Amino acid sequence: MHHPVDAVMLSQRAASFTRRSLKADAKRTALRLAVSMVDLTTLEGADSPECARALCRRAIHPCPEPVTPAVPPVAAVCVYPRLVPVVREGLLGSAVKVASVSTAFPSGQSPLELRVQETAAAVAAGADEIDMVISRGAFLAGRLDDIRTEVMEVQDACQGAHLKIILETGELGTPDNIRRCADLVIDAATERGELRDGSVFVKTSTGKVSPAATMPSVLLLLESVRAHFRSTGLRLGVKPAGGIRKSKAALHLLVMVRETVGPDWLQPSLFRIGASSLLDDLVRQILWTSRGQYAAMHDVGVT
Amino acid sequence: MSRLEVVKTGKLWIGGSWPRSESGRTFTVEAPDGSVHSRCALASRKDARDAVEAARAGWSSWSGATALLRAQILYRAAEMMESRADEFVSALTLEPSLKPASARKEVGASVDRLVTFAGWCDKYQQVLGCQNPVTGPYHNFTIPQSVGIVAVLAPPTPSLLGLVTMVATAAVPGNAVVAVAPRQAALVAVLLGEVLAVSDIPDGAINLLTGDVRELLEPLASHREVQVVLGAGLSKGQRTSLREVAAQGVRRVHALPWKQDDWLEDHLVAAPWQLERVLDFKTLWHPCAV
Repeated sequence: MHHPVDAVMLSQRAASFTRRSLKADAKRTALRLAVSMVDLTTLEGADSPECARALCRRAIHPCPEPVTPAVPPVAAVCVYPRLVPVVREGLLGSAVKVASVSTAFPSGQSPLELRVQETAAAVAAGADEIDMVISRGAFLAGRLDDIRTEVMEVQDACQGAHLKIILETGELGTPDNIRRCADLVIDAATERGELRDGSVFVKTSTGKVSPAATMPSVLLLLESVRAHFRSTGLRLGVKPAGGIRKSKAALHLLVMVRETVGPDWLQPSLFRIGASSLLDDLVRQILWTSRGQYAAMHDVGVT
Repeated sequence: MSRLEVVKTGKLWIGGSWPRSESGRTFTVEAPDGSVHSRCALASRKDARDAVEAARAGWSSWSGATALLRAQILYRAAEMMESRADEFVSALTLEPSLKPASARKEVGASVDRLVTFAGWCDKYQQVLGCQNPVTGPYHNFTIPQSVGIVAVLAPPTPSLLGLVTMVATAAVPGNAVVAVAPRQAALVAVLLGEVLAVSDIPDGAINLLTGDVRELLEPLASHREVQVVLGAGLSKGQRTSLREVAAQGVRRVHALPWKQDDWLEDHLVAAPWQLERVLDFKTLWHPCAV
């Protein structure tokens, strides 16, 4: 049974999480937690193995100087399938996961069998996690069974690799569509059962479409995941991605997670943030809290 | 019919926008009779940080602009200031000790100062750069470049001329500027912002904060993104703490030594040598045909 989403209350509720006052100690902890949840991402046509290797080094050691408490490594490095072997090698011996986008990212406009093959190839190359896109066109046209089928087939191809399902909320139009789409993919992905906590994520966006991970759209995903948890006891993950560049935005997200699905979700196995430049800002803020001096971009960035 | 009084609120000028201080603080600017003339924003440490972020974005467009365009923009700022001269004079004469004739002279000198610096935009490279004699088949050039972000701590007096001179010095080679005007200079800083805002300067290339130098000196001088700090009218204690803080990040600091009347002297304060404080020098070797 689906209840229509009240768009006004949704945006008000989402905005309320941005008005919490975080004290210095909580902020220090939250900044490090946010680092540990980052899926450090590069999805450019110009990506080279050298870029990917540099990204791996940053993923393992995000902070250029020792600080107390130590800054943890990020959760995963997320790249196109071709770079998976490079990243696999670059992350060897670390706890950082290898994530690969798949299924004709970012549009998903390829025949289903190719998308399934692409996924299987990425997993075979060593991806621990697959970020798939759904066919937004099919969803908007009402062909919901197509979505169900593609989610299940890609999930089969994952062979145990964790699956993150990208809704591309910016293309779905209304909050109501976002919630219905989230419920639909969760339903499809959990239909076979036998899942563990965090083996399926719902993810807002590809990062190639604007608006991307807005607070209201992330709230909708969290509520959908909460509803599923309440009815089945299974904890699914949530991953906002796209447009999250500042530490402040990341802290707002953590507040929203804490107050919507609860503190259980405040760990990288259940909440991720897909971003590229966010890590720079998180580390800058951490350096600020440790040095008492504002850090420059060239203190932390690779570029 | 009598009208309700409309009192202007002076705000900060950051990244081409006019925000209030994030702290919500203001201070009162008094008219000579002790009544409230207006209120200005009292900038905080976080406003300084925001201004540096904006300056970082502004630097790429300002330093990327051609020298001729920077000259035209600074000249336009002079035009805009000239047409608002009366407004500047009345702001300056809120300070009872400043007579209208002196205020008018200061405004005129500030306009002329902008014109002078506008002229230097496409000429300082020829004066300060050089070709060096080297032994070997090479051309060897030294060329001046902008350093990045310059923090300006403007003097209380002469409030307008000091601020204009220091901001223009930093802006000529394409540096982005974060300037702090002390309370005595707050009103003219707001007016200067309004002049610059209609002069086609890229957003963030120049940012103006009003408040207490005492409070903003440390966060600005210790900010790792700031390359040079220019200060004037600082107390001995402030000069010392400026040097101490800046030394930690190996930043350049210059406490300008000028007294009140010195600021009127073009050959002192608007000489091209003054630009050396806000320039980096790069030396290039290039093989020449034998």
